[in-house]
Amino acid sequence: MAGVVPKISFPSSPARISGFASPRRPTCKFTSLSRSTLSRASLSVRRASSASTISDTFSRLKEQGKVALIPFITAGDPDLSTTSEALKILDSSGSDLIELGVPYSDPLADGPVIQAAATRALENGTNFDGVISMLREVIPQLSCPISLFTYYNPILKRGVEKFMSTIEEVGVRGLVVPDVPLEENESLRKEAIKHNIELVLLSTPTTPPERMKEIARASEGFIYLVATVGVTGARASVNLEVQSLLQEIKEATPKPVAVGFGISKPEHVKQVAGWGADGVIVGSAFVKLLGEVKSSDEGLKQLETFTRSLKAALP
Amino acid sequence: MAASANSVIGNPIVGLAKSSPSSSAFLGARIHLRGERSGRSASASPSSALAVSCAMSGNIAAVEAEKNGKPGLGPRPDSFGRFGRFGGKYVPETLMYALFELEEAFRALSKDEDFQKELDGILRDYVGRESPLYFAERLTEHYRRSNGEGPHIYLKREDLNHTGAHKINNAVAQALLAKRLGKKRIIAETGAGQHGVATATVCARFGLECIVYMGAQDMERQALNVFRMRLLGAEVRGVHSGTATLKDATSEAIRDWVTNVETTHYILGSVAGPHPYPMLVREFHAVIGKETRKQALEKWGGKPDVLVACVGGGSNAMGLFHEFVDDTDVRLVGVEAAGFGLDSGKHAATLTKGEVGVLHGAMSYLLQDDDGQIIEPHSISAGLDYPGVGPEHSYLKDIGRAEYFSVTDEQALEGFFTVGSIAFKRLSRLEGIIPALETSHALAYLEELCPTLPDGAKVVLNCSGRGDKDVHTAIKHLQL
Repeated sequence: MAGVVPKISFPSSPARISGFASPRRPTCKFTSLSRSTLSRASLSVRRASSASTISDTFSRLKEQGKVALIPFITAGDPDLSTTSEALKILDSSGSDLIELGVPYSDPLADGPVIQAAATRALENGTNFDGVISMLREVIPQLSCPISLFTYYNPILKRGVEKFMSTIEEVGVRGLVVPDVPLEENESLRKEAIKHNIELVLLSTPTTPPERMKEIARASEGFIYLVATVGVTGARASVNLEVQSLLQEIKEATPKPVAVGFGISKPEHVKQVAGWGADGVIVGSAFVKLLGEVKSSDEGLKQLETFTRSLKAALP
Repeated sequence: MAASANSVIGNPIVGLAKSSPSSSAFLGARIHLRGERSGRSASASPSSALAVSCAMSGNIAAVEAEKNGKPGLGPRPDSFGRFGRFGGKYVPETLMYALFELEEAFRALSKDEDFQKELDGILRDYVGRESPLYFAERLTEHYRRSNGEGPHIYLKREDLNHTGAHKINNAVAQALLAKRLGKKRIIAETGAGQHGVATATVCARFGLECIVYMGAQDMERQALNVFRMRLLGAEVRGVHSGTATLKDATSEAIRDWVTNVETTHYILGSVAGPHPYPMLVREFHAVIGKETRKQALEKWGGKPDVLVACVGGGSNAMGLFHEFVDDTDVRLVGVEAAGFGLDSGKHAATLTKGEVGVLHGAMSYLLQDDDGQIIEPHSISAGLDYPGVGPEHSYLKDIGRAEYFSVTDEQALEGFFTVGSIAFKRLSRLEGIIPALETSHALAYLEELCPTLPDGAKVVLNCSGRGDKDVHTAIKHLQL
């Protein structure tokens, strides 16, 4: 098959031959196709046939004895073209999965750094359609899967089904919706499954053990263990509770667990990996680099250095 | 069971006498995975025991409604915290346990006689309840038609409560609840400052640490209340993010709660937010409606025909309406803020112009743009300047049980004078009562409403607050 063919899952969305250079893993496009043709097949068959789902990424890393590095950045801060560049740099500097935040006016789970990033992005006109266009162009150039991080209202505005089909179409693999707990996520889960999106659920230090197990059972891709009782934002040290929480989750499920919120340095990352995490998520630290520097170029350079330093701290 | 009108948790919620087996349900035993969930059936719910108890109280209402020849409304809220499709708990996972704990505490306390007695005592001796139902003779005369016919207008005097608004009913009850939960730190959001003042007041009274989040813009237009809060010992934190108004203060309060949930109780000021707040806050304000029923019976041997209240988040309206929701012969009229006009794009008429979405934990009507971003509303009154509305109001509107209209800044100012200023001005001039700008919106709507009402129709308008805090705004806008 010549060139890069983005997923052709729906007859209604025309295949867009973008003319970019081949991605690192052209096979992922083929597997995407086979995955979409098997879209009504059982879950396990779908998963096994693709190398680029989130689950498969974690399986591969586990086999290699590695821990996933998962950066988070906000789309549109300082602007979408910087985001596009940033995604490529994060990908080539050692990230295994990237979380992309969709900017929102009232981000309840976010601290000042990510709040400010969202505000800047919205102020410069970033909107969902813009993010999707950017992803349509850049995802074919990436080797690691992309997961979106968004609040619920923007999803509802479009309709859950439409939202899922849109992100599936551009190649997004996963989704995290921080303001939809287990009790409210029925329609999200239904549509996510239909559209091959892995819906990642969060568990926190205030989640009682039994509930944590239920969340673990229901989560797809991986389980997002929130390290702190709080909102996003770098902390001086990692909450020591994380060690026992990790143990508890791992006793309950073989699914991969990634830890996030508050993690900002190679030392943190190393510590959390040492406690048994399958992945480490770093957000505000990356967002700061991109949004709070004088120039995008400067930010992007620092991004690369920072990513490598975190990767080096991981097995 | 004889419940005094002052008893906030009036009639016992049948079935709550059971112990809380819901705890095991919340903790995960019954949460359904893909394919298992069967919607609203009580047996499938994560809190199945709660579902039963909720359903029982709801069923009583439903049965009564059937008797009146109307279809039952169902439990409000149901075991999932929903009013029809509205409500729910759309919050970060970190808060889920605290919400569960809060609901459990509320249900336990609603059958706790000591708690009831303590609360009733405070409402009576500290807040000053019951508030009078006042026949507004001159306002009635103002709306009398040339043939001598017209409605009779009564004002439910929540403005006479300690701190000058209805907000204290909820603040006092939640402070007691927080003490029972062992929380020593209280946070709150505030728009006009009345809820902030009420919260600061009860924290002073009960010896609790108090932090109030207020939009920087609101702090400027309600400076008197900022001073009062600080005088009462509260820390007022200005919120500069987003639009620096009530919605941003609410978001910041929620973030604080997410961070400090183990030590902190969040006294949410309206019937908005995640379950159980819409239910909790309504129950704590329901005393307004309960007293009104008793007072109406005493005064004219009947029920009100029309209830009118301003709607921001919706707490004073729910407080008045709730008692009468199942009396389908009582009209429920809510009045929102139309700001510069409904087509100006600068208003806060959520129920008229909003779309359904999720804001601050609840699914409800809200003002949003094409991208699903929450937009900044506008109203001359800070207390109505919220882009969302309580989910129960969304539900009552959808099922046609309550009607919602809106009034512009200008009309409200008129009302203010009449009652406050135009409406504000009208009330001041006719009855010697200076109403809050929020209340003035309800008063302004009387201009539209009264000409349509039959002779002798009994109108009860919730005079939700006094207007001292608004005189500076009035001075700016009105030539006296």
